[in-house]
Amino acid sequence: MSRSDDGNRRDDDDQRDPDFGQDENRARADVETGGGREPLPAVPAEAQSGEVEPQQDRGRSILKEIFQGGSLVSILAIVLSLVLGGLLIAITNERVADAASYFFARPTDTLVAAWEAASNSYVALFQGAIFNPRASDFQGMIFPFTETLAVATPLILAGLGVALAFRAGLFNIGAQGQIIIGATMAAWVGFTLDLPWGVHLLLVMLAGIIGGGLWAGIAGLLKARTGAHEVILTIMLNYIAIHLLQFLLTTESFQRPGASNPISPQLDQTAMYPRLFGDAFRLHWGFIVAIGATVLVWWLLHRSTIGFEFRAVGANPYASKTAGISVAKGYTLVMIIAGALAGLAGVAQVSGTEGVLTDGVAASFGFDAITVALLGRSKPWGTFFAGLLFGAFRAGGVTMQTLTGTPIDIVLVVQSMIVLFIAAPPLVRAIFRIHEDGDGRKDKRRRKSERQTVKAGGAA
Amino acid sequence: MSAPVTSPQGQAPELDTVRDWKNPIIYAIFAVVGLVGFAFNAPGTTATFDISAGRDAVQLAPVVVPTVPVGWACALILIAIAVFSFLQTQAGRKDPRWMPIAYAIVFVVGFLVWVVGGANKTDVSLVGLLAGSVTMAVPLIFGSLSGVLSERVGVINIAIEGQLLAGAFAAAVAASISGNVYVGMLAAAIAGVLVSVVLAVFSIKYLVNQIIVGVVLNVLVSGLTGFLFSTVLSRDSATWNSPPSLPVIQIPVLEHIPILGGILFRQTIVGYLMYAAVIITYIGLFHTKWGLRVRSVGEHPKAADTLGIKVNFTRAHNVMLGGAVAGLGGSFFTLVSVSQFTKDMTAGQGYIALAAMIFGRWNPIWAFFAALLFGFATNLRFVLSILGTPVPGEFLAMLPYVVTIVAVAGLVGRSRPPAANGTPYIKG
Amino acid sequence: MGRRVLSVLEPDHRSGPGLTRRTDWFPVLKLELEGITKRFGSLLANDHIDLVVEPGEIHSLLGENGAGKSTLMNVLYGLYNPTEGRILVDGKPVNFKGPGDAMDAGIGMVHQHFMLIPVFTVAENVALGNEATHAGGMLNLEETRRKIREISDKYGFHVDPDALVEDLPVGVQQRVEIIKALVRDAEVLILDEPTAVLTPQETDELIDIMAQLKANGTSIVFISHKLREVKAVSDLITVIRRGKVVGTAEPSASTAELASLMVGRAVSLTLDKEDATPGEKTFQVTDLKVTAANGHRVVDGVSFDVARGEVLAVAGVQGNGQTELTEAVLGLQDHVSGSIKLEGRELVGRSIKQVLAAGVGFVPEDRTVDGLVGPFTIAENMVLDMYDRPPYAKGLGMKPKVIADHARQKVEEFDVRTSGIESAVGTLSGGNQQKVVLARELSRSLKLFIASQPTRGLDVGSIEFVHKRIITERDNGTPVMIVSTELDEVAEIADRVAVMYQGTLMGIVPGDTSRDVLGLMMAGMSAEDAKAQPRTEHPMETGGPAGIDDRHDGPDDESGERGGDK
Repeated sequence: MSRSDDGNRRDDDDQRDPDFGQDENRARADVETGGGREPLPAVPAEAQSGEVEPQQDRGRSILKEIFQGGSLVSILAIVLSLVLGGLLIAITNERVADAASYFFARPTDTLVAAWEAASNSYVALFQGAIFNPRASDFQGMIFPFTETLAVATPLILAGLGVALAFRAGLFNIGAQGQIIIGATMAAWVGFTLDLPWGVHLLLVMLAGIIGGGLWAGIAGLLKARTGAHEVILTIMLNYIAIHLLQFLLTTESFQRPGASNPISPQLDQTAMYPRLFGDAFRLHWGFIVAIGATVLVWWLLHRSTIGFEFRAVGANPYASKTAGISVAKGYTLVMIIAGALAGLAGVAQVSGTEGVLTDGVAASFGFDAITVALLGRSKPWGTFFAGLLFGAFRAGGVTMQTLTGTPIDIVLVVQSMIVLFIAAPPLVRAIFRIHEDGDGRKDKRRRKSERQTVKAGGAA
Repeated sequence: MSAPVTSPQGQAPELDTVRDWKNPIIYAIFAVVGLVGFAFNAPGTTATFDISAGRDAVQLAPVVVPTVPVGWACALILIAIAVFSFLQTQAGRKDPRWMPIAYAIVFVVGFLVWVVGGANKTDVSLVGLLAGSVTMAVPLIFGSLSGVLSERVGVINIAIEGQLLAGAFAAAVAASISGNVYVGMLAAAIAGVLVSVVLAVFSIKYLVNQIIVGVVLNVLVSGLTGFLFSTVLSRDSATWNSPPSLPVIQIPVLEHIPILGGILFRQTIVGYLMYAAVIITYIGLFHTKWGLRVRSVGEHPKAADTLGIKVNFTRAHNVMLGGAVAGLGGSFFTLVSVSQFTKDMTAGQGYIALAAMIFGRWNPIWAFFAALLFGFATNLRFVLSILGTPVPGEFLAMLPYVVTIVAVAGLVGRSRPPAANGTPYIKG
Repeated sequence: MGRRVLSVLEPDHRSGPGLTRRTDWFPVLKLELEGITKRFGSLLANDHIDLVVEPGEIHSLLGENGAGKSTLMNVLYGLYNPTEGRILVDGKPVNFKGPGDAMDAGIGMVHQHFMLIPVFTVAENVALGNEATHAGGMLNLEETRRKIREISDKYGFHVDPDALVEDLPVGVQQRVEIIKALVRDAEVLILDEPTAVLTPQETDELIDIMAQLKANGTSIVFISHKLREVKAVSDLITVIRRGKVVGTAEPSASTAELASLMVGRAVSLTLDKEDATPGEKTFQVTDLKVTAANGHRVVDGVSFDVARGEVLAVAGVQGNGQTELTEAVLGLQDHVSGSIKLEGRELVGRSIKQVLAAGVGFVPEDRTVDGLVGPFTIAENMVLDMYDRPPYAKGLGMKPKVIADHARQKVEEFDVRTSGIESAVGTLSGGNQQKVVLARELSRSLKLFIASQPTRGLDVGSIEFVHKRIITERDNGTPVMIVSTELDEVAEIADRVAVMYQGTLMGIVPGDTSRDVLGLMMAGMSAEDAKAQPRTEHPMETGGPAGIDDRHDGPDDESGERGGDK
């Protein structure tokens, strides 16, 4: 967009008087917020539109797309983060430290030790996440991949929730709380009611959907009605949710009879997702639900009127309101659906892998979901694959910790670096010294001439 | 889209009534809670509040309060305020500014009397309670100052949590290695700055959304410190993770002042620095050339730019300053409250600090009081768990978060953050 | 037509260059721009521009919206680095790294959008960047207040140093901007479209201020696209078109000459339109009151009606309640009382969706904020208020193909220049964006058409197009209501004019009412008083064609008379 001249003179009109927000919605969007008043939505355009650079020639080849578009940057960001993570592993490795003490005598020892530390960890990560060649049978070999899918299931579901809210301009930091409440309600239905096959599981899923939707709906409703910032609201609701769960697990209706620690009874078999490939694998039907949810979210966003409203509200609430779209309804509804998706993630936990309710039921899936959604650029399928990737990290991380002693925290480090790098393509390009199109060269020439001008000015 | 409409010719325009029922409704809800809880369910005992500590110069007798009449009195006052607020709103007038504060105080008094009266041990040291609150609030106050410094120049600082955690980690490690607490404090400040540098680079130079950077930074710091803790620190915790504690410095004479002495003048250096930081930040922001420029950058960066103020430089600068302040606050965790670093030990205090900053309307002094309130709520939980109250600890733990939601959804509804908060400044 | 009037236009106190220059005791500054080129990506905003501002001269920069005037001035003020070219001050080349350098060199600028911090006081705004301090960096605002009072007294500004800027009327805010420049000893003052936000009377005051400044030796660069003003104030006029200097002119040049120079072709000075044939009065507003969230009554008891096949223009200075009036009709305002009836149906209390469904077409004042969703495609924006009804949707599902076909057809019909309907609307030029909004709103069958500032920021070609479409809609028998702060536009298309001042209607007058009567009404005078007012006192009272949009001179006998009066 050209910021040239008065042609767009209203474009950068920052004189908008905040007090003059008599228009209800504008006042809402303007009111105090965690982060502050946002004249337009807080979520960056790329997160909403799902495009990094929305305006590009359609005619360019796929190859060019890969090498110059977002994909290359994404791949490089992942590589870069893995390299940095590897360095961290190497530096903190005990053997490396030992070898480093006589670095100047035999520097190769240090380097070899460092290489081994990092590569062993990553090999273990790979073996734990994708394929284990050392297993005795085929089942054992592919077991890691099914684990990845199982771990990815709640990540994908919760990630979709976060992504969907992003598209409506809302920062849903509250997936954690929504998973917790969803899992709590689902689990209660699962271990309290006694129902036949099918019906029971459906009710469990419904309870999870309602629980998550309700919890997120509180934030959506408050945002819509009072203008309170959703970041603050959802963060606070996360804490309330976990304390609520901890309290419930001390009550009769939730605590396992006879147990002294906060743990619920086992869910009924009828309340569990069936295993996809038999009892040898933990992978369950929840993964199919996650695929279905991805399709559904895609349809919702790109083919339905509701999704149109969400995206419009997210990209420009003022214009949406003027066009008759209810911003308040949009905020509330999108949060409810986002929460429902997170609630399904909770169901995937209690009915899929865990089978019981504890206060660690959500692990850190709710927070990982944010990074998943960011990595997936808030696109449904992007989120799906980002969920798979982070699921692989998580599943492999466990194996890595067991086999090599490298703490699983490294996964957090790598994940967050990936998101940071992906959010700043110019940084990645600078690190790998790649230019956008041929523009790089043009840029240089321009800069050169600029410098000459300056010089001429200074000399004369 | 409309120009400021404040009456074109500058006369005081006629004001109409615009009714906002938010506050009266909130008041009413909590008045009902008070009525049911403090009044109808008063434990019927007496609650004893000790107001003198052993070291005070003048020993005051403990205050003994009967729970039933006080519970009723508080409940009735709450109802009265709610009714008054309804009438005010009905008549189209705004609530006076003292009202939320008065309401909160009455509610807290009613709650305290009720909860202490209902406990197994109906005797609590008020001084201990308050002093503990201040202690609990120290990192929150540093954190909220970091938020103020950063958001006043227009950079949203969700990374307070990460800054605190990095500070706690660095303080533990540096103080352990050097054996010197002050080295630890310095390292904490530097660690906070490092986190800020990432925030500044990504949000100011690469224009990445500030909330995203903040959230991700918190994860990064959590992962990084957690990783180092599990590898380096736990391998040899004697070397890496056993920092000395900061000594409590008692100010002679002043510390013996009843009630206040114990709260204000028996602090570690971090505590005293906290008071200094609040005052310096306040004066700096509102009474100096630096502060004028800082605020202009957060309100209208383009205007500041046209006056020759370097917007992004000022922003980066302030964000880093904020990082130093929060990092220093982080040292509280490992040098004052516990003498070792543990994983994720800040436990969301950074987010509470953020809430305190918003509650405090981006003003250092008000943020200080808001943080005190949160500190009080946190401390209350510990004190009451010792007394053995009927209220489940989990609910007390929720209290600060519920209060925050009520606050952002209602009572601070009309406060205005810096206008350019969250928007990157792109020159030309 | 013009020259006769123009010759009248040189009152004695604004004599030509040279006469008021007092080089003997005033510091003066000569400013030269040589070959200034500024590029934004592929866009060439300034193309080798040469410009010389002599000391003590009022030099106008005339050009259409988007011609590159503001860019040039931002280069001069150090906000942008020129891609090529250089700036000379008193013959010496300078290199401005930022506005600070420009200010040090004696250049001050009053931006089109004021660079004031609303929550600061006047004194704080003036002090900012130029602070007087006590020891330790503590602010010394007393010193600043003193300077403000000094300047304020000297020029009769009446500015209170302790008032909050956001509480001040725009005219006063503009004076604060001028004070800011003067406190910094500006010898060249750049005024960027300074009259856009002023009443005709305030504009006259500004012109007086400019004369005083000039008398004190300050040179002024006056940027405008309004021919009338440029001719009234300038010593010399430089015309810019598409980033290039296309000529210089004396203020005595004819309006038509200047207009064609500015636009690049002969501009038809009249819009072809039939006289209105008003039909039934289907839109009635009765005693409408609108209250803002802060309690200010922004529309106060307004009543009027609009008939089928007529254009009612609501004129007034920005911020007198016109915006809120239109928003109240659409249901965008929350606190509304009174009655708004369209074909007998009450609109007050209905949702925006219902109002739109009732047949109201609405072009909002700020298209980028309220009219369009920037990241959305043209196709999506074309159905922004129809996305959920047939034929564009069935149930919850949308019909992308139907939507695309619709968009293609409308893009052609409204001549939207774009690479395709899948382009994000935010990438279009202002004129094309406005066409998208118009296309959307006019593609429904309407019972009322409301357009707020329909041509703001557009180039002449787009303005003509928009006006034609509005008249077409009128001739189709739709009641049309236009809000405009530009008298030229009001004169162009209105059949009747309602003037708003501080939330009330000063009266409704015929479309051919003279602009000075309208001007007085805009300043708060009733229609009767304004008509009775003797009209001689304003220097701006040209009576002749001034804006290129002012196509009224011929039939408007008053203007001819007034020219003669002088």
